[in-house]
Amino acid sequence: MRETPLSTCERDFILSVIADRKRIDGRQTYDYRKIKIVFGIDRGCCSVELGKTRVLAQVSCEVTEPKQTRPTDGILFMNVELSPMACPSFESGRLSDEGVELNRLLERCIKESRCLDTESLCIVAGQKVWTIRIDIHVLNQEGNILDCASIAAITALVHFRRPDVTVSGEDVTIHELDDRDPVPLSVHHMPICVSFAFFDQGKFLLVDPENGEEKVMDGKMVIGMNKHREICTLQITGDMLLLKEQVLRCSNIAVVKVQEISELIQTALENDKTARSEGRKYGFAESIEREQITTHHTDITNVDMEDITKTNHETMDEEENQEQENSEENKVTILEKGTGIVGEGGRNSWLMSDDDEDVKIEPSIPNKSKKHKQKEKKEAYSFGDDSEEEETVVLDESDLHMIKKVPGSSDSVDLQSLKPSKSTPGKKKKKR
Amino acid sequence: MEVDRTSHELRPMTCELGHLSRSDGSATLTQGDTTVITSMYGPGDVRISKEIIDKATVEVTYRPKIGLPKCSDKLKERLIRNTCETVILSGLHPRTGIDIILQEMQNSGSFLSCCINSACLALLDASIPLKYLIAAVTCCISDKGEITLDPDLKQEKKSVAILTFVFDSKDFNVVTVSTSGSFSNEQFQSCLMACREASKHVITFYRESMLKKLSKSV
Repeated sequence: MRETPLSTCERDFILSVIADRKRIDGRQTYDYRKIKIVFGIDRGCCSVELGKTRVLAQVSCEVTEPKQTRPTDGILFMNVELSPMACPSFESGRLSDEGVELNRLLERCIKESRCLDTESLCIVAGQKVWTIRIDIHVLNQEGNILDCASIAAITALVHFRRPDVTVSGEDVTIHELDDRDPVPLSVHHMPICVSFAFFDQGKFLLVDPENGEEKVMDGKMVIGMNKHREICTLQITGDMLLLKEQVLRCSNIAVVKVQEISELIQTALENDKTARSEGRKYGFAESIEREQITTHHTDITNVDMEDITKTNHETMDEEENQEQENSEENKVTILEKGTGIVGEGGRNSWLMSDDDEDVKIEPSIPNKSKKHKQKEKKEAYSFGDDSEEEETVVLDESDLHMIKKVPGSSDSVDLQSLKPSKSTPGKKKKKR
Repeated sequence: MEVDRTSHELRPMTCELGHLSRSDGSATLTQGDTTVITSMYGPGDVRISKEIIDKATVEVTYRPKIGLPKCSDKLKERLIRNTCETVILSGLHPRTGIDIILQEMQNSGSFLSCCINSACLALLDASIPLKYLIAAVTCCISDKGEITLDPDLKQEKKSVAILTFVFDSKDFNVVTVSTSGSFSNEQFQSCLMACREASKHVITFYRESMLKKLSKSV
């Protein structure tokens, strides 16, 4: 599905608002939108909301062979999924240019800043190392996916615990999660991306651009930084030129923002830790605010099963009876070797229902031949007058008044024709 | 983190509707700890190769949390698609596409039924015309032959068979059945009856959530 393009009118409006040093969602120039971090039940699973932009990150691990060039290093793998859930123009399975750019930037920010100690992921040099995989799913795109994804990725990485391993000689034992407490990864520092959008040839600058602002901006600068004021990555895209002072000013803003976000992540991690240790409820189910009109919650519902078991037995009994009947009916009789018959002597179901009626109507004439019957049936429809034999029907008194005598026809009619709906004038009745 | 409960109880359910701003309809459903997010678009434009001239094309994408979709995920996707297609009155929107996207958030048992239920809620949220609502309920049979409704992951692992039924909201007839493991005809019948009874509670849940959502006019 295609995305709705931004109209010229909207574009002009957003630009004019920015020129007035305001923003369309009422924020100040350097304000971030509200950040919400929620952890799942699984370790290394977190969902980050930045305003309405939403990203889910999940860290997982497996034991693999190391790269030949680095036999003592574990592997960190990142995968960004721009799911069509986020925006109708995203296609699943195929990574767009935007997706590739996002993936590369995050790799540069997290992998190449060496925030994760990959050497500690080595189990047996040259043979077995841990591969850590970060899957990032974009759930809703309302601008600045990158910052949201970088927060989600690093938080998930810190939150994650891998199974403990013991090596004795050649034997490697990977302990189950219940067996021995899983161990956290050694994360040296937490790099976080901060995006700046530039408008009007770098004249105006905005932090954390939202979707509309991202569409009309001239260019974008991304600074990846940790709380120790170390720049991990810096990228400028778009057709614009920046002065040296502008870059410096942005990096100073980034320092403040990174401090704030780092603290937020730390408190979120602390909260989750205490919730887990105290046995309180945690996870996505708990994070949904229940007071809202769009949310609904029910507690454990008890399903009344007594009636069900009763009725169930009844239906089962019935079915069994039916099955038994069927089995009696469908008994196979072996005629000779290789030939058997099923259901011999049952009622013939091939005859038309009209035939049955005919037979029922004529109980007073028991010795009618089959040929005769067929003829009668034929007459019932055609009322043919070319019959050689004269038909005889016994009528009782109640039928008498219904019979119309009309001269000109010599044949008698079957009883069926006497029924008011079917009775036809022009028929003569012979009585005995 | 599961709370103790008897085998005849459904875990607490929570839903959030319309929280994703970009999609036409969205729903998060949690059943116990199992969480699924569903969003949907449509009826909208559809690729010409997939266009059907007399009805809407229903497409379902299921995304697992870890890695790329595997064969089992494709099977799940197919099952949800077939179920949704029977429910949607697709004849009303010919030559359009209805896209449903499901994202696994947390799998703590009875996952398939949570997927189908959240898809139904997303369809409701997007006001797509439906024949009836659908309610999915999973149950499992333990090695002693006991039936547990809405099992969590631990109970599923201990069980010998897992059965998922989808019922319609009108006559509570079966729409879809998905089973794994071995069970007798009798066990199947009793599971069916139990799940049918439980599905009535799910439909009530839908009704209450929609009532709450529509209780105020803007």
